[in-house]
Amino acid sequence: MSQEAAHHGPPTSFLRKYIFSVDHKVIGKQYYGLALAAVFTGMILSWVMRFHLVWPNAAIPGLQWLSKVGAPGGVMTPEYYLSLLTMHGTLMVFFVLTNAPFAAFGNYFLPIQIGAEDMAFPRFNMMSFWVTFAAFVVLMSAFFVPDGPPISGWTAYAPLSAVGSDAGPGLGMGQNLWAISIALFCIASLLGALNFIATTLDLRAKGMTLMRMPISTWAWFITSCIALLAFAVLLPACLLLILDRIAGTSFFVPGGLMISDRLQPHSGGSPLLWQHLFWFFGHPEVYIAILPAMGIVSHILINSMRKPLLSHKVVIGSMLSIGFLSYMVWGHHMFLSGMNPFSALVFSFPTLIITIPATILTLIWLGSLYGSRLQINSASLFALGFISMFVSGGVSGFFLAQPSIDIYLHATYFVVGHFHLVMGVAAIFGIFAGTYFWFPKMSGHMMNETLGKIHFWFTFVGAYCIFMPFHYLGLAGNVRRYSSFVDDYLQPLLPVHKFITIAAFCTGAAQLVFLFNLIYSRFKGAAAPDNPWNATSLEWTIPSPPPWNNFGDKHPVVYHDPYQYGVEGAKEDFTMQDSPERVPVKS
Amino acid sequence: MATAIHEPPITTERPTGGNGSPPAFPPHEESLRSVGDRSPEPARTGIWIALAAIAMSFAAFISALIVRQGSPANDWQHIAIPGVLYFNTAILILSSLTLEVARRQTASFIRAQGATRNQALAWLVATLGLGLFFVAGQYVAWLQLRSEGLYLATNPNSSFFYLLTAVHAIHVLGGLGGLARVIRRLAPATPILRKSTMDATSYYWHFMGILWIYLLFILVLKL
Repeated sequence: MSQEAAHHGPPTSFLRKYIFSVDHKVIGKQYYGLALAAVFTGMILSWVMRFHLVWPNAAIPGLQWLSKVGAPGGVMTPEYYLSLLTMHGTLMVFFVLTNAPFAAFGNYFLPIQIGAEDMAFPRFNMMSFWVTFAAFVVLMSAFFVPDGPPISGWTAYAPLSAVGSDAGPGLGMGQNLWAISIALFCIASLLGALNFIATTLDLRAKGMTLMRMPISTWAWFITSCIALLAFAVLLPACLLLILDRIAGTSFFVPGGLMISDRLQPHSGGSPLLWQHLFWFFGHPEVYIAILPAMGIVSHILINSMRKPLLSHKVVIGSMLSIGFLSYMVWGHHMFLSGMNPFSALVFSFPTLIITIPATILTLIWLGSLYGSRLQINSASLFALGFISMFVSGGVSGFFLAQPSIDIYLHATYFVVGHFHLVMGVAAIFGIFAGTYFWFPKMSGHMMNETLGKIHFWFTFVGAYCIFMPFHYLGLAGNVRRYSSFVDDYLQPLLPVHKFITIAAFCTGAAQLVFLFNLIYSRFKGAAAPDNPWNATSLEWTIPSPPPWNNFGDKHPVVYHDPYQYGVEGAKEDFTMQDSPERVPVKS
Repeated sequence: MATAIHEPPITTERPTGGNGSPPAFPPHEESLRSVGDRSPEPARTGIWIALAAIAMSFAAFISALIVRQGSPANDWQHIAIPGVLYFNTAILILSSLTLEVARRQTASFIRAQGATRNQALAWLVATLGLGLFFVAGQYVAWLQLRSEGLYLATNPNSSFFYLLTAVHAIHVLGGLGGLARVIRRLAPATPILRKSTMDATSYYWHFMGILWIYLLFILVLKL
């Protein structure tokens, strides 16, 4: 039988059950825990950076313990600011935005939503988590090497990232660790993507046709296709970078480069080559972060609205076209690289075209809300918040897609505001929505709704207070990546920065409410019924939390489309996918 | 355990059209299209997905090569490809042939259609030996380049030579690991080898052969 690949006995030892588990649910939780550790580390880094930006001479107690050289007496050097910037970006993009919505929720719910017992290759699945974990440890160890983390940013542009410690702090061992960490992360993500695709194609339950898969499953499936091809390019890029750094090759470093009065022993390399390889991964990565959130949000909104979206097929088609187009727009990150202006135009068009499926999705969400009986709870609030963030962050993308405007705005806070809203905050709202929605299934306990709503409103208002003024700062010419604003023309902008910093502290503090709710509910929350939201998909047909083999000895059979809500003539307001009840099909 | 079907179940009750016709109903279990007990083997699907990722990685390497060749520094220096590569190529092609025989023998053995386990094992071991021979041959090629004073960082051409051959060799070693696994599963008195595992391993191996021929073209034409 084919399912032997995904079939394994119940775990017997502690190690097999909780540490080196092959159970997709445990692996999903492990990914979630890793993302949680990364997101709080990244958030604390952003606090430290925001504090330094507005009070550059004030000591941050304890920072000197992290790096004596980087923060003597607790006041960080400009270089150390860049080190923290690099770590913040790398942690958030890779270990939070890729891990949580895709690897964590995908691992936990994709097999259940298609009625499978586990992933297609459970051992690969375990490996992909532990390799990711190793990548995390390698990255974090950069904090503790003598010259600290690299200063080259999460994009690690060559030649800065490729020439070694001559070019500045963190570019020796720190940059090596960064490159190794990302290479490991690529390997883990490739294994994960392979597993997701094979599982979706091969292990669907009887009756679970492709069009009967929930939108969240579709989103994870499309994301894994994107991840498979994107990380397959970043891995070679990292390998070339490592060779340039430790083996003296010249893939990315041009000749005749004098750094710190030393002629670099390289010749003829192309710094642009790194940018091309990196962004060929980097832009699809944006969609690796946002597509699962789109799927999760659609899944939750439909449940809260008690009716399907205006068109299931168009939503899936839009997500597919976003995935396809994501490979054709990488050059829009490089308008300032000195590329041929004609090339810039070539990249600008598909960038504008990609807004069409994104707009269609947004209109479908909003149009479906019209006339629905929306149930307000923490999950649906965060789902709505996702749409708000996605629209607010996406609108500035229209401007940035045009080379002539981007050239002015690219190195300013405008771009920082844009990508934080559309990619960072939006995806994190998707993660929160997913957490509030699926926590009962994952833990067997309900989360506290009041705390959830407090968390939502502080986060929602706070995120706007932080990132909206970024756009204003950018228009005013406030450059990115500076560790303090001592220039005359930046002085009048300092009050805005102070406002942002205070907002960042408050919004960050609100996340502690979430953390408390998560831990408190895990132990003291009310017991969760099997289907607390009266939802239709397969994950709600099994106990909360599910047994190790998901469906017990039953083999689920699927009779219905995923979202049979409010069908006239049906016994109830909703019909579960595995219910043999005959319900009229909507014409 | 799940069973997949890939087409919508055939519904027996469709609207007949016209006013007041009964709406369509999703089917009962009895009318779900029977697809037999077998769904596609994940190993067989998985290997194609893995090959897509590997192809993409090599596409990235080759793109890097083309970009690097066009560098304004004009430091692209032709290197003579070691002759042993052609011999290695022949070995790798031969190994694909022996593996194909092994695959058929194994299938025939699993289905009890005549072939014995030892016949299948012999062809598998021959493939394994040829594969090891190929990797050793690649090592000889590296030694030859070294003896000419061409190291990894000597010039971009030598960098790409070592890079492409080494990354390919690592993938071939992975394939050898797969072959060893197939042999280990076929060797016991009660074999536990599944045909899909054998097939997946052989697809991977043939792909490594095709990839190598492509790489050889690139090495000869570009370096």
